[in-house]
Order: sequence, then C-alpha cells, then structure tokens
Amino acid sequence: MADERGRFGVFGGQYIPETLMNAVNELEEAYTHFRKDPDFIRELEQLYREVANRPSRLYYAKKMTEDLGGAKIYLKREDLNFTGAHKINNVLGQALLAKKMGKTRLIAETGAGQHGVATATAAAMFGMECVVFMGKVDTERQALNVYKMRLLGTKVVPVTSGTATLKDAVSEAFREWTNRIADTHYCLGSVMGPHPFPTIVRDFQSVISREIKSQMLEKEGRLPDAVYACVGGGSNAIGSFYHFIDDPSVQLIGCEAAGRGVDTFETAATISTGKLGIFHGMKSLFCQNEYGQIAPVYSISAGLDYPGIGPEHANLHALGRARYIPVTDEQAVQAFEYTSRMEGIIPAIESSHAIYAGMEDAKKMSRDKVIVITVSGRGDKDCAAVARYRGEDISL
Amino acid sequence: MSRIREAFTHGKAFIPFITAGYPDLQTTREVVRAAQEGGADLIELGIPFSDPTAEGPVIQTANVIALQGGITTDKVLDFVKDLREKQGITVPLVFMTYANVVYSYGKGGAEAFLSRARDAGIDGLILADVPFEEKEEFDPLCREAGIDLISMIAPTSEERIRMIAESSTGFLYVVSSLGVTGVRSEIRTDIGTITEKIRSFTDTPCAVGFGISTPEMARKMAEVSDGAIVGSAIIKLIAESGKDAAPRVGAYVKAMKDAIRDL
Repeated sequence: MADERGRFGVFGGQYIPETLMNAVNELEEAYTHFRKDPDFIRELEQLYREVANRPSRLYYAKKMTEDLGGAKIYLKREDLNFTGAHKINNVLGQALLAKKMGKTRLIAETGAGQHGVATATAAAMFGMECVVFMGKVDTERQALNVYKMRLLGTKVVPVTSGTATLKDAVSEAFREWTNRIADTHYCLGSVMGPHPFPTIVRDFQSVISREIKSQMLEKEGRLPDAVYACVGGGSNAIGSFYHFIDDPSVQLIGCEAAGRGVDTFETAATISTGKLGIFHGMKSLFCQNEYGQIAPVYSISAGLDYPGIGPEHANLHALGRARYIPVTDEQAVQAFEYTSRMEGIIPAIESSHAIYAGMEDAKKMSRDKVIVITVSGRGDKDCAAVARYRGEDISL
Repeated sequence: MSRIREAFTHGKAFIPFITAGYPDLQTTREVVRAAQEGGADLIELGIPFSDPTAEGPVIQTANVIALQGGITTDKVLDFVKDLREKQGITVPLVFMTYANVVYSYGKGGAEAFLSRARDAGIDGLILADVPFEEKEEFDPLCREAGIDLISMIAPTSEERIRMIAESSTGFLYVVSSLGVTGVRSEIRTDIGTITEKIRSFTDTPCAVGFGISTPEMARKMAEVSDGAIVGSAIIKLIAESGKDAAPRVGAYVKAMKDAIRDL
C-alpha cells in the first residue's frame, strides 16, 4: 500500500511541475472522499455490471491444459469486457470520479489504443469532451483504434515528439493538463505517474483479482498457485495481483516485453534492464542511459512499449513478492497463435506475453497445480501486425 | 549575500535561458558571452533532457538537437568550468533541467552532480519536475554543495505560496501562465497579486518567466516583480541564426535589460 505521500517503499511520489500540484491534491482529496462514499461505490458497481459486462469469466482452458500436460490453466477473460480490454475498469472509475468533481473534459494517453477507446467510450456515455494523445507510430500500427476513437467523438492528437510512442503520448497529455486544469481530468491509463494515480488506477483494476479469488474458490475450492499478467505500466498486472499480495502461496508473475531480447537495445523490459530513476511523476525503474536520458524502447506490442513501470510493481519486485520475467516478440507471437488455435480465443499481443510465460511454467508444473493467466484484452487489433510479423500483408 | 541575490541588485533583473549545446557548445559559449555583455544579470543554462515534459515545442526541439549532437551532462559541466576559468563569464549561472538528469547522474548520482556543478562554478539549480513536496530529496544536498535550489510558484499555487516562499533560496521563479514554456501573445495572470503575496512571506527576489518575448511584456512583468526570464524567444533566435546567433542574442538581451533596468 502507498503511504500518505504516495510511496511504495522508496518508489512513487509526486515529481511534477508546481503548476499541477493543486490538481493532483484536488484529485487525491476527491478520491479519498468518494472511495468510501456509498453512492459512488453503488454507481461504480452498476457501471461495472451494466456497462463493462463484469464479472468477467474465469475460463478453464481445457485443451491448452491437456496439450501442455502440466498445471491446470485458467484464463481471466478481461478481453470480454466492453471495449475489449481491462482498461474500461479504470476508465469507468475515473470518469465517474471526474464527473463527481465537476470536470467536463477528459484527456488521456494511449499506446495500443485500448485505453484511448475506453476513455472515448466513457466520455461519450457521460457526455464529456475528450482528447486522446497517441504516438504517431502507434496511430499507424493501431489505425483501427484511432478510427474508433474518432467515431466515438474524441479528438485524437498524433504525437510526433521523441520516439512518437506511448511515453511521448504520456508527456504530451501531462503538457496538455498543465495547460488546462480547471475543467479537465487527466484519465491516466496505467498504475503510473504521480500519486494518487498509481493508487487510484490500482484500486479500480483490483476488481480483477477480487473476482479471480472468488471464482477460483468456487471452481477449485482453493487459491491458484500462480497468477500471470503482462506488464507495461502494469495496470492489468496489479489488478490481477492485488488481492493475492497477502497470500504468500500464490506466486505473482509479471511478464515484460523483451522485444527482440533483453540483450539487445530493442527491448522494453524495464525490470530486467532498467535502473532507479525519476520520470513521469514517479520514482521507479526506467530504461535509461548513464546520464539519466530515457532510452528509446521497443516491443511489437504498442501497449507494453513503455520505458518505465508502475511504482507498486517496482516495490513488489524489490520485496521479492512478485517475479518479473521478459518475453520476446517471437514468444508472444507464438502464444498469440497457439491460444487462437487451441482455445478459439484471439488474445491481445500484450496479453500473449503473459500467456507464453504461463504456458512455459505450466508444462513444468504437476497436474495438481492451478494457474491463472489474465487475458487483458482481445487481439483483433493485433491481427494485421502479427500477420506482418509473419511476412503476410493483410491491410485492406 | 549569495551571488544569486546579488544579481537582483542592479535594477530589475533580466534572465535569459539558453539550452546548452544547441545547436553546439561553441555557439552556446558565444551566446553566453553575448548575453553577459548585453547585460544579463543571471543566466539559466538548460541541461538537455530526452523528455522535457514542461517545455513547449521550441525548447523541446532544442533539447533533441543538442542530444543528437552528442551533448552529455559531463560535457555541460566541463563547458561551465571553461566559461568560468577561461571565458571570463562572471554572471551567476543556474542549471535548469529535470530531476532524472541529476538523480541518475551516472557517476555518483545527485551528490556527485552537485559537487561537480559547484566546482565548475554553478550557483543555482532549477528542477522543473520537483515541487515543494519532493524537494527534500535534493535540498539538503544542494545546501551542502552551496548551490541554491530555486523553487517555482505557479498561477495555480494559491495557498501553497506560503510554504514555498518561506523555504525559498536564491530567487523564486514565478510561472506566468498555465501550460508549458513558449512564447505567448499576452499574459493574463494577475502576477501583481501573486508577487504581493510572495513578498508578505519572504524577501527572496522573484522573477517572472514563461511566455515573455517583447520588451513591453518584460516591463509589465518586471513592474510587479524583481525581474523577467526569457527562454523560448531566445531559443527561437538561435534556431533562426544557428551558429551566428550570438550578436542577435546579445542585442536582444540588451534591449530587454534596457526596458526593465530602471523600473
């Protein structure tokens, strides 16, 4: 848990320009109030049920389990949520909070476009104005999501600065928030940034592990032996881990994007290759050079293509409570194809990183073990990129 | 009296901001010299950062080009040492950069950075992404090194002004407007009310920056404060004139200082 200044161990904090301090303080105050407000809780639960389509299913992957011959594999189907990913959990919470705070405009960053689409959807639903910042490179590799956001009435701003990917979209969203604070809420998409964002996003995503726990007790009468989730900033992972943190028998495994490998420069595996630093409002681990310049990162997955990791993950890593392992593009693509073929589920390329790690471990585990892999999103958006990776052009 | 405080004793202060290494260090050296000759009371030197989240497009571009040109923190530190020892630069110098450049300085972190900065002849440090709540991380180390950590006050600071002002050292950087750095056609914030409030809590001088480009704007801001800071307008001059920018920057600094000196 974060302390009152938003620290998880040494990680976290509020490293932002003075101009934004009152905005984050106002947000913290509002959240502290509303998180315990019975009306807020009731409204959010209703949104989860009626809009997000929660609870999401905990699906027994029978064919995968039999084929791999080891641990029993369950998939937490966040891909079946409205708008196709776990992102909606956080967005509904933040949009409701913003509305209660009297904000009329949402801004957001997006990598793969899932958080952008979720935010655009909530803005349409709540009748709020919405602007989404997206790296220009990502607007090209995720063109369908750009179209969806525009269809939903959101203005999409392609960001050309830096590496024109997720980190630059975050920077630009912060710049825009500095510019217009009074009516605007920055709907941050991951468990990162300055306090209180890592706590707020974690709380709204923790519904994932709350459901896994009760569904697992219902289906298996026990806790899982391990939970796997992919980690960029780390929101679906912290959501999947949170209610198991105090259950030491449950292994927590975060799967980072290794890109072309952690021994290459084309990687986004922060825990494996990063160092302690301060960026985007938080102290955490970042891919950076010897002078603290943030390194360009790479992954086939636009959603994991980020040079940092949320402070709570950095702390879970430091404490040894969660384990973080790198998964390459090639391995993720293999899992993407395998899951599609075996279970009829096309997972997001982000989630495929977690599936690969879960598959490898499951093979080595005995049949009485049970693991859960969070399928954080659906993979329609990735079909063109994976086809391209395999040398096939399916652009229409 | 610290050298920074002294900078505010020659009439209203004019403070130019220059990105170190843009477009190269030779040009920066000439620009710094021209700025001192033009009457700059203090010079802010930007250490380029890969992701300068508080900057508008003009200074962002300067950061990118400087880094592409191979600038590093060590090169900037050596550059400052040379300015002091061989180039006759006596005006107070303040580094402006981001937390990670100092915190993650590869050869020993913030402590080593600050001691090297002091040895090179730096007087102060501004970290755009370190607010009051996080300054304890850097302030004791700065004090130990004899470097003033400069705090910022924004139009949104309101009741935060007191705690920031009361613990201020060097000077206070009053941010004129919401948003990031960059030239603005006008400044609408009621700066007078903010500086009046600051002065009720501290005698630390306060200079106004963000958006100022013309002598008229500088006058308007300096009338209600102790000085004016200009960044993007100067970086634009350097962008236009490249390696030949020094004379234009010198003339610009002189015009700006002349406009506010006797207010």
